[in-house]
Amino acid sequence: MTLAPPPPAPTASAVVPPAARQLRATARIAAVADPYGVSRLPVLDGDGPLALRRLRSHDAAARVCVVGAMSAPVGGDHLRIEATAGERSDLRITAAAATIALPGHHPGTARYDVALDVADGARLDWLPEPLISAAGSDLIQTTTVDLAPTARLVLREEQVLGRTGEATGRLAARLTVRRAGRVLLDQETAYGPGVPGWDSSAVLAGHRAVGQLLVVDPAFEEQPVPVRTLAASDGPGQAVITPLAGPAALVTAVAPDALAVRRLLEAAAIPTGW
Amino acid sequence: MSRAALLVLADGRFPAGGHAHSGGAEPAVAAGRIRDGGSLEEFCRGRLHTAGLVAAGLAAAAAAGCDPLALDEAADARTPVPALRTTARRLGRQMMRAARATWPSPELDALAAARPRGAHQPVVLGLAARSAGLGPEDAAYAVAYETVSGPATAAVRLLSLDPFDATAVLARLAPDMDAVVAEAVAAAARVPQDGTGALPARSAPLLDITAEQHAAWPVRLFAS
Repeated sequence: MTLAPPPPAPTASAVVPPAARQLRATARIAAVADPYGVSRLPVLDGDGPLALRRLRSHDAAARVCVVGAMSAPVGGDHLRIEATAGERSDLRITAAAATIALPGHHPGTARYDVALDVADGARLDWLPEPLISAAGSDLIQTTTVDLAPTARLVLREEQVLGRTGEATGRLAARLTVRRAGRVLLDQETAYGPGVPGWDSSAVLAGHRAVGQLLVVDPAFEEQPVPVRTLAASDGPGQAVITPLAGPAALVTAVAPDALAVRRLLEAAAIPTGW
Repeated sequence: MSRAALLVLADGRFPAGGHAHSGGAEPAVAAGRIRDGGSLEEFCRGRLHTAGLVAAGLAAAAAAGCDPLALDEAADARTPVPALRTTARRLGRQMMRAARATWPSPELDALAAARPRGAHQPVVLGLAARSAGLGPEDAAYAVAYETVSGPATAAVRLLSLDPFDATAVLARLAPDMDAVVAEAVAAAARVPQDGTGALPARSAPLLDITAEQHAAWPVRLFAS
């Protein structure tokens, strides 16, 4: 963890500028398969608020939990997680709790970047808890995934606009998935104050939680998932399961709250051969 | 360049098949989300700043001479639901037929040969604008306008909405169209250096979900 830029030398009259409290942190995870096919974690480096815990595994997969040890990201922070699954390895990443974007003591957009790289024959699960945009916060989130031709991926993203009974902050997110050198999925969302039309009937129509579940598997090349629409069984909220223009299935869900979105994503039950 | 060519391209009577599509308005009317002029305007503003921005960026880049096949792939990556990919390619094929008859060019011929079942419509429209001697901004304007005029025209038919009210909605959205065009053109200008990743990718979850719900209706007035 580094504080950037470095704080200036204190003088009797100087006030520490807001920039000095901005956080820069990069956590790194790398999995490799050993000769017996068991996945190991040669790199497991937490940083600042991004603490990493190795979880007990009952099979050959390596399991990591991201533990939010501090309240972050707040205004101006720049957090980054890099995870790499080496050839034929199996890496499952979860989180201990939701991430809450909060307003900082100083203005400025916070950034939260996730970069995932999956090699041939490997599988990576990226299953964090929801990202909650608190009133007054301003966050740009990017998720960039690079997949080798035979890599597999399970990725979930959930965004919650405001805590209970609260207005949302500003949240812009971009998810880019490249596979074998081609872009498989490129999606941007932008919600909150100053974003025209974000709460319109074409985009969210009053829903306050959005979720996506993406499964990439070369097996979908032969047998793509059929299109299916889902409605929440116990209230408003809807979802659709669709095949992408490539070997992947995507679930898109909107609902009034995080719990309803999670239920829709779980009800989608995308068939995988693994 | 002839500015009047833009009027020909953007005219609702240009025979490219757009009249059969509601741009998501039909399911929105059925769900009670479009009821009158005010709710039509809200719907159109949301569509314009999401799907409209993406389409305007693609069209501007095609009009600027970027590789249409790379843009077609970028359009696929930005269209996660098959109902909307199918619609975009069907409309692209019809636009191609009209454009080759109106402004024939080797670039249109090449794209038609490479994508016989149709390229994404905004890519074809951008290339048609280029063949007509128009520029990226013109192409983006044509797309931005059609993004909102489609649902507005459909709402007149679906709701018996007063055509004066629908036209007033379009006029009120003019500043939004200007903003979307400016953003689309600026992004398209970065494509030669940064690739198609520079183009907007703004998504509208409900347009995606309701497009597939609508495609499964047994009887509907509009194709999409």
